[in-house]
Amino acid sequence: MAYITYLMVCAGTGCVANQSMKIKETLIKELDKRGLSNEVSVVTTGCNGFCGVGPIMVVQPDGIFYQLLKASDIPYLVDEHFIKGRPVKKLMYIPDAKKPPIPKMSDIDFFKKQVLIALRNRGLIDPEKIEEYIAREGYSGLAKALTELKPDEVITEIKKSGLRGRGGGGFPTGIKWETMKKVPGDKRYVICNADEGDPGAFMDRSIIESDPHSVIEGMLIGAYAMGSSDGYVYIRNEYPIALERLLKAIGQAREYGLLGDNIFGTDFKFDIRVIRGAGAFVCGESTALMASIEGSPGEPRAKYVHTVEKGLFDCPTCLNNVETWANVPQIIMKGADWFTNIGTGDVTHDPWGGSKGTKVFSLTGKVVNTGLVEVPMGISLREIIFDIGGGIKDGKKIKTVQTGGPSGGFIPESMLDLPVDFDELTKVGSMMGSGGMIVADEDNCVVDMAKYFLNFTQEESCGKCVPCREGTKRMYDILENITVGKGTEEDLALLEDLSGMVVESSLCALGGSAPNPVITSLKYFRNEYLAHVRDKKCPAKACRQLNTYIIDEEICATLGHGCDVCTKSCPDYAIYGEPKKAHHIDQLKCHKCGACFDACNFKAIKIE
Amino acid sequence: MGKITIADLEKIRESTKRTLNLRLGAGRAKITVHMGTCGIAAGARDILSAIMKEIEERKLIDVIVTNSGCAGLCSKEPMITVELVNQPAPVKYVDLTSAKIKKIFDSHIMNNEIVKEYAIAMGSEQTA
Repeated sequence: MAYITYLMVCAGTGCVANQSMKIKETLIKELDKRGLSNEVSVVTTGCNGFCGVGPIMVVQPDGIFYQLLKASDIPYLVDEHFIKGRPVKKLMYIPDAKKPPIPKMSDIDFFKKQVLIALRNRGLIDPEKIEEYIAREGYSGLAKALTELKPDEVITEIKKSGLRGRGGGGFPTGIKWETMKKVPGDKRYVICNADEGDPGAFMDRSIIESDPHSVIEGMLIGAYAMGSSDGYVYIRNEYPIALERLLKAIGQAREYGLLGDNIFGTDFKFDIRVIRGAGAFVCGESTALMASIEGSPGEPRAKYVHTVEKGLFDCPTCLNNVETWANVPQIIMKGADWFTNIGTGDVTHDPWGGSKGTKVFSLTGKVVNTGLVEVPMGISLREIIFDIGGGIKDGKKIKTVQTGGPSGGFIPESMLDLPVDFDELTKVGSMMGSGGMIVADEDNCVVDMAKYFLNFTQEESCGKCVPCREGTKRMYDILENITVGKGTEEDLALLEDLSGMVVESSLCALGGSAPNPVITSLKYFRNEYLAHVRDKKCPAKACRQLNTYIIDEEICATLGHGCDVCTKSCPDYAIYGEPKKAHHIDQLKCHKCGACFDACNFKAIKIE
Repeated sequence: MGKITIADLEKIRESTKRTLNLRLGAGRAKITVHMGTCGIAAGARDILSAIMKEIEERKLIDVIVTNSGCAGLCSKEPMITVELVNQPAPVKYVDLTSAKIKKIFDSHIMNNEIVKEYAIAMGSEQTA
């Protein structure tokens, strides 16, 4: 008997980490017990993007969305929903405590405003089954390219679509392909960059996990257009699920003759090798990545000669990011005009004239709905944060949003209506980057955040060129000084000076963009820096060394009855007081670690 | 499966069409079987099996089947509700048997003609 219901269990990294595989097993067991195995099918899908409420399960065809599942919920859920036909309200998404639960996935704001191209198959297919990808028009783009289009026509179509590199650079893909095509040489490579290293970013991981064949098909089309027969995917070894699904997908594609010789009975041949990266951030840089594939240390080189001319093994090489490749089959199948309908600007004459299509962002930080979202270019930051992201947690006010990963910039609240595209974000000093988006509220200190990002970049600097190796380290030291109250106003000028120098003289984009968080925070939040260096105060009270902790005696005595929890938490023995009476902090002994502030259950400890 | 051709892509697509329609929630018709305690006692499960048999025999790819709780009219179970995309309101059928299901498929699902003698009401209940 055919199935009547499909249970789409999310098996992205986030949900798997929250035991979604156990939920799947329990579902199968419970369905079997009740004799429903022939009616209800359990499918594991890629990441749905709403990682904040995982593990997730969507019941189709009704589109009922269940969240935060536990294995212990399953027997009840199966009884109620699949035997008695009553969807279980307490496992549905609840927008806020005062509102009723929303049963349908399509009615949840988080999903409503998204437009899916790169992630079009997420939650709909089992990424480990090539048939399901084919069922969703998979490999039709390749079929169309091989039978109806000449290689040059494929390039023209990509050029017309205005597709720009989704890895962060925003270079027009069609122009890259065209340049590569013109370079002579029999041996030529296409590479997929899946070495996603930004902290808090997981766009590429999610695409590979939910739809690995879309990347393979994109690479096939690119290889056909540029006359290559060898491809590489460079993927982080820290992505075990993505890696496993990618290898499985490549195996299936080979078995079906979609990789190898005479693809679809034509002369075209192509195969892909997978190289696992060891987790160095700099290896996401194209020349460092190629050096790493060659077996050399992952260090970038100056790009006087572009990699499309001399790249991997000194042969012409076209490198694109996972998301870029995943867009290609859709463009070829549906045409460039369909793609240019989405997005900003006009790319008919100038491929730099706008940003077309969609972009995947990982929305993290202090927003209510954290997760992965794919939105049309040109959507405002406000829409992403407040409509899709559901606003700021705990009713706090937004301070800033940091886009583009560790080397992106801070965008202040006043600029939230900015349309999101490559050029607009660059104009205000930030960047699209690979698509990280970190939201900060009034409790976050921008100096502290800039320090965090600088710490990351200075640690990940490969050390080949001095400005990046030394410059970022010194900038980090200055920021560290400022956050502990040792900074001066001259430091701010020095920071600006250093930033300019590191940007101008670094060898690759890592150093070239690492000062962005410092530059933008100095520009938009100078007052916060001044408070740190002049008054030795942190307005957000996040830099603990600048805080003075005192106990509100009345709250401590009346509400807390001198509970003594703070005394026990203090590593400096700086808190004293008799039981059942108000306690006190000896400011001379206090090292300002804030442990008492975190420990107090009555909010009796105040910061001055 | 060995090497595939472009024609094979189409074949795979055809064979998985029903699965995909279900997953997308896309269908021309939706049949809801009322499966409260009363419905199950009155034989709703047999009705569900009969519906599935019809769908398979007719190789329908755009008919969605789902279940729901008791509709309140326990004495008339088993009941189903049939919704077609081009029809203004859902139709409730009562006191069903496998034979009646066949007739409902023949005329309502396939030919858009409501089987009046089995139907009790048209339209949804009002919700406050």
